[in-house]
Amino acid sequence: MVNKEFFFKGFKSILAPDSPALALGCCFIAIGALLKNLGFNIQESIFSTMLTYALPGSLVMAESLLVGASLLNIFLAVWFVNARLYPMAVSLFPLMMHESQPRWKYYFSCHFIAVSAWLIMKSKYKEIDKKFRIDFWIGIGCATWATAVIGTFIGFYASDYLDKNMMMGLAILNPIYFLCMMVGAMKTIQIAASVVLGLLLGPIFYFLSPEWSILLGGLVGGTIAYLIGELNVN
Amino acid sequence: MSTNIVLAILVTSLATFSSRLLGAISSEGIKETSKLFRYFNCLAYSTLAALIARTIIFPVGVLSDASYLSRATVVLFCLFIFFISKRNFVYPTVISAIMMALLSGYL
Repeated sequence: MVNKEFFFKGFKSILAPDSPALALGCCFIAIGALLKNLGFNIQESIFSTMLTYALPGSLVMAESLLVGASLLNIFLAVWFVNARLYPMAVSLFPLMMHESQPRWKYYFSCHFIAVSAWLIMKSKYKEIDKKFRIDFWIGIGCATWATAVIGTFIGFYASDYLDKNMMMGLAILNPIYFLCMMVGAMKTIQIAASVVLGLLLGPIFYFLSPEWSILLGGLVGGTIAYLIGELNVN
Repeated sequence: MSTNIVLAILVTSLATFSSRLLGAISSEGIKETSKLFRYFNCLAYSTLAALIARTIIFPVGVLSDASYLSRATVVLFCLFIFFISKRNFVYPTVISAIMMALLSGYL
């Protein structure tokens, strides 16, 4: 089963002063308020955050419902936005793989792949023995997931008291936090080039195709950054 | 719960979970020291950066009602705060919300 010591160590990591819990919670407060305004009830709002647990995907679903999109359209729109989770998983799970750990832990905990948990794990994995990294990860994932659910709950009931300016303030928190974390992670030439190229190419590709812009920006920017890094090493 | 919304939530979660599960399955044979791992690491950081840039420049939801000028001012000022506060994540994050709420009425 899950090692309790490392699980709680991971769970407590979101209590650190520089953890993303505040930004994550505030953004899900905005999501909770948005879902209520769209006509979701409290069960549907909580159900949505628990099952999806990805901010951009939830936003896209909400916008799609608003314009009356079909289920297939919603699936494709969300898939395009959340396809970033694939490279995120591939660049995280090899750090946690250990032969003594059962596979179900990895398949179960992949639900926790999200920017906030991913960035915490990327910055802390070296401090944890490889055998127990998956337990530490499950702890981080449960904590960030619970934060998102609580944020949605608060947002749903606080929506009547939040005006548009306050909602905008809550909505900008997460991108700013992630931007600072990404800039803070630029410690090697490959990562620095990846971040800078992604920031530039994402919006540029938006003019070619809004749906594909994130994937294309990430693919082209990441590939160029990888080649720059490899050439630099050679 | 209305069926329409529940189905939309299920479809959304399926679209999201499929990327996560595929990533977990296909990472099984990849070593953390391999070139393939480094390549996917670059892809992940670059894709996240593209997502953040898109969220700020071409947002969906309530943020799309804020002007470009107000968003650009908040981003640049918060990055400035981030660097002068010795890369503290909390100050720029808290300041961004307050600034955005204040500026959105004026800019």
